[in-house]
Amino acid sequence: MTPPAVFTGWGSALPPTIVTNRDLEQRLDTSDAWIVERTGIQERRIGGTVADLATEAARNALQRAGTRPEDVDMLLLATTTPDETVPHTSSAVHHRLGLGGGAMDVNVACAGFVYALVAAYGSLAVGARRVLVVGADCLSRITDRDDRSTAVIFADGAAAVLIEATGGADPLHGGPGLLSHDLGIDGSAHDLLYCPHGGTLTMDGREIFRRAVRATVESATVALSRAKVAIEEIALFVPHQANLRIIEAACTRLGIPPERTAVVLDRTGNTSAASIPLALCDALGAGRITDGDLVLISGFGAGMSWASAVVRWAS
Amino acid sequence: MSDDATFEKFKSCAVEVLQVPGDKVVRDARFADDLDADSLDLVELVMALEETFDITVDEAELDGIETIGQAFDLIAAKL
Repeated sequence: MTPPAVFTGWGSALPPTIVTNRDLEQRLDTSDAWIVERTGIQERRIGGTVADLATEAARNALQRAGTRPEDVDMLLLATTTPDETVPHTSSAVHHRLGLGGGAMDVNVACAGFVYALVAAYGSLAVGARRVLVVGADCLSRITDRDDRSTAVIFADGAAAVLIEATGGADPLHGGPGLLSHDLGIDGSAHDLLYCPHGGTLTMDGREIFRRAVRATVESATVALSRAKVAIEEIALFVPHQANLRIIEAACTRLGIPPERTAVVLDRTGNTSAASIPLALCDALGAGRITDGDLVLISGFGAGMSWASAVVRWAS
Repeated sequence: MSDDATFEKFKSCAVEVLQVPGDKVVRDARFADDLDADSLDLVELVMALEETFDITVDEAELDGIETIGQAFDLIAAKL
């Protein structure tokens, strides 16, 4: 059982350069219609570094919360594209913001933000008061811009939440925070999506599609069951933003309608660890989440890895 | 299960997943040309067939599948 906790801040950061499907038509054998039909993506953002984007997103979250950087006890940065092999990119973010406490990178590909969020609640359970959780990736750095199967999908961005321990009832008895989670890995699926040092991403899109739908549905179902929550009680489902067709197929199987599902990939593409918090921040900005709402978060990615969590929202 | 009964189950999956009328789901129907189905639709159809018939289809087996008849034969061979 993790202690009750509230989301005091959130914020996102996208690079200024917008790449539309029309732009991609100019240099790849593809079309706007093909990209929209297969992926749901209309445009994506490219540029910056993970440290730049993560710092901006985290600063926005701190400002919204009105929290001083030195009062943060832990920074968890989910990223699969760290700026350098050594040191971890979270050390740069920690330094630039002047944070207190420790900082670490969490690399679980596109499932990274959910893993980091679960670890953040774990940090609260061992005494931290305020934990910054950031998802940030610059996938353009490891994408072959001439490969039409991946160049139209992968993009750059970051988003952050600040969680803070609070008093009162625990999450399973009506209090705010983490009700349940499910984390999993199948390392035998390495060849479906990988990138060697210095190389670019290779993806078996068809098999990823199939496994992604099943992993999302199964993991979300396990998390709901552990929380003793029915899908009808979920106010908002925030899935990993890989492909609209995957999201639609998963939602149909889970029995949750589009009006209760967060989608941002039409404007951002697939930003890996940043995709779930970007969708979450977009939904918050649109007033789609209010205090007391149950939110289901679910991600999947290379590994293959998957992760789901049910949280009771309070700000 | 007779071939006819198997085909009826196959057809109901195709109607649901591809959202086409049942009378268009015939052996000669081509996914791309006749049913307006792309490669992801085919993946979704096979996922539904795997669950309906409790079978497993490897991703590589989908290569070259272009018609309803070819997809049905792939499934029927596993029953």
